[in-house]
Amino acid sequence: MDNEKPIVDFSEIRDALGKNFEPVQVMDGQANVVNQAIVSKYSNDQLVDFLKLMIWERTLHQRSNALTRQGRLGFYAPTEGQEASEMGSNSAMKSTDVLMPAYRDIPQLIQHGLPVYKAFLWSRGHVLGNEYPEDLHAMPPQIIIGAQYIQAAGVALGIKKNGTEDKVAYSYTGDGGTSQGDFYEGMNFAGAFQAPAVFIVQNNGYAISVPRRKQTAARTLAQKAVAAGIPSVQVDGMDFLAVHEVTKAAREYAAAGNGPVMIETLTYRFGPHTNAGDDPKRYRTKEEEQPWFDNDPLIRYRKYLTDQGVWSEDLENEYVEQVKADIKAAVKQADEAPKQKMTEFLENVFEEQPQNIQQQITEYQAKESK
Amino acid sequence: MSKKTYIQAITDALRLELGSDEKTLIFGEDVGKNGGVFRATDGLQAEFGEDRVFDTPLAESGIGGLSIGLALEGFRPIPEIQFLGFIFETMDSIAGQMSRERFRTGGTRHMPITIRSPYGGGTHTPEMHADSLEGYLAQIPGLRVVTPSNPYDAKGLLISSIRNNDPVFFLENLKLYRSMKADIPDEAYTVPLDKANVVREGTDISLIAYSAQVNQSLKVAEKLEKEGISVEVVDLRTLSPLDEDTILKSVEKTGRAVAIQEAQRQAGIAANVASLIAEKGALYLSAPVGRVSAPDTVYPFGLAEDDWLPAEDEIEAKTREILNY
Repeated sequence: MDNEKPIVDFSEIRDALGKNFEPVQVMDGQANVVNQAIVSKYSNDQLVDFLKLMIWERTLHQRSNALTRQGRLGFYAPTEGQEASEMGSNSAMKSTDVLMPAYRDIPQLIQHGLPVYKAFLWSRGHVLGNEYPEDLHAMPPQIIIGAQYIQAAGVALGIKKNGTEDKVAYSYTGDGGTSQGDFYEGMNFAGAFQAPAVFIVQNNGYAISVPRRKQTAARTLAQKAVAAGIPSVQVDGMDFLAVHEVTKAAREYAAAGNGPVMIETLTYRFGPHTNAGDDPKRYRTKEEEQPWFDNDPLIRYRKYLTDQGVWSEDLENEYVEQVKADIKAAVKQADEAPKQKMTEFLENVFEEQPQNIQQQITEYQAKESK
Repeated sequence: MSKKTYIQAITDALRLELGSDEKTLIFGEDVGKNGGVFRATDGLQAEFGEDRVFDTPLAESGIGGLSIGLALEGFRPIPEIQFLGFIFETMDSIAGQMSRERFRTGGTRHMPITIRSPYGGGTHTPEMHADSLEGYLAQIPGLRVVTPSNPYDAKGLLISSIRNNDPVFFLENLKLYRSMKADIPDEAYTVPLDKANVVREGTDISLIAYSAQVNQSLKVAEKLEKEGISVEVVDLRTLSPLDEDTILKSVEKTGRAVAIQEAQRQAGIAANVASLIAEKGALYLSAPVGRVSAPDTVYPFGLAEDDWLPAEDEIEAKTREILNY
């Protein structure tokens, strides 16, 4: 009996899991185009605009980093290394789509319409940073990991119920976020309701200090969508055009009423988790980091456009100066925000003020008038 | 007017609001074809269609998050959490998300969500089905917590909750669902979300209670009346906000108070009532504020349920104690 073959071979089943996911690529790490048809779809001007998005994000990151160190910003989660993943996906969306971001998705929020000074005010902890106009279709950055995913499913169902054409909800989380219950619930709900949502997982290798391999036994994060019955794909997250094209296709698929999609971008968080004391040296090695730094999404794309003769160091310097000037103006604007008042906070707890709130408004009015 | 049970009054309110506001949506586990495990949504899917009344996958956090997303898209969600004990799965969406959105967005977004959920002991449910968790909820800024004690209030408070532009947690008492009947208006009407109700006037002592404990308190009041003791009963109706004015006015009149809750003793609503009286009405008092509650254990195993729940005779004994202090 001992030699009898079991009714199923679980080892075989396990080894096959997630094997059908191969990262989509358009341009490899040495700037060789591996999918010319995609590149040919775009004019040189468009290709340059894409590069500018990544340079903008990198410059925003560098300035935010410096401003945080000077104490002029508060909470900041560095984005360096994730420019192709963030800008490549966000640029495939429309301004009428609803963005449900997490705290590392500030660049996408800004490109979606959030003024830079408001992003800075959010970082400092000023409510003005969260006061979005009606036509900014986004929520403030989510702090609770994964919560935005299930809310995105709700937005997507709302879009479907409203019968709005050509509109999707899209949301970001990281590799750590895929371990949360809300991650599964979000995908499962959106799938069950066939709602137009695009779920983007930026697999940047780390959830603070815990590496991707310790988050899950799954070979890929993309395969986590399989159980929800929704299509998913893995994409080279350092390849702007690949991320952009995949996201564009996902958006079209979802907006056409086919249900949700999940995308895993393979990227890397070059810096610490946040600027609040995290030190990657405690949990990763130079040997691990260097190949990723060499795989910088800006390097390959810049090289390609420079080789094509449509980009140069001078053009880049000129553009960076312009971005820096914009950021400087935004800092100035953020500095001009009025001091927050406890009475205003109290007024925004409920629409109609109950007794306890009314009493506390009166108490704080007396303090604030001194 | 029609005679309706507590749960029929709830169904009535839901039907009227589905009919008058096309942005209202009812969803949750088994609320569709099955009409809810207690039939609170009975017939509503058939009447209003699966687009308006629908079943969700079985995940409470999903139901909470879905409500938030739908509210952002302009809907007025009325989700059901099948039993109050299941809210721990969705506490982030309640305490961490929907109740904070108005504040978080500086008043530029709001969450007109009414979460309905049954709770309360005495019906021999399995574990986590009968717990009184209102104390957790009442501590959440930006969330209203409402709990009716009779069919009239059940309908009026639910309609007010649904029409309110802030999240409301609407607690339905399991034991009252079918044990109470009353004549209530057929049309829609509202009951304010910040007003306690003096359900019985008296001059000697105030019993301050909510939900099923109101009915127990009324029975005690009737019994003591025969001895010439005049008991006032205040039904809180809303636990957040607490109607301080009505509580203090009653205590000013009677000079004695007992705060009653079914939940465990520590950090509960009754403690909140007692501290309010101590803070703002101490000089009205001729005796300490009495408190009746369950003991500080988790909700007990079914066979011990009746020993654990605050009973009429406990309310009576505490009332006599405070009267004779």
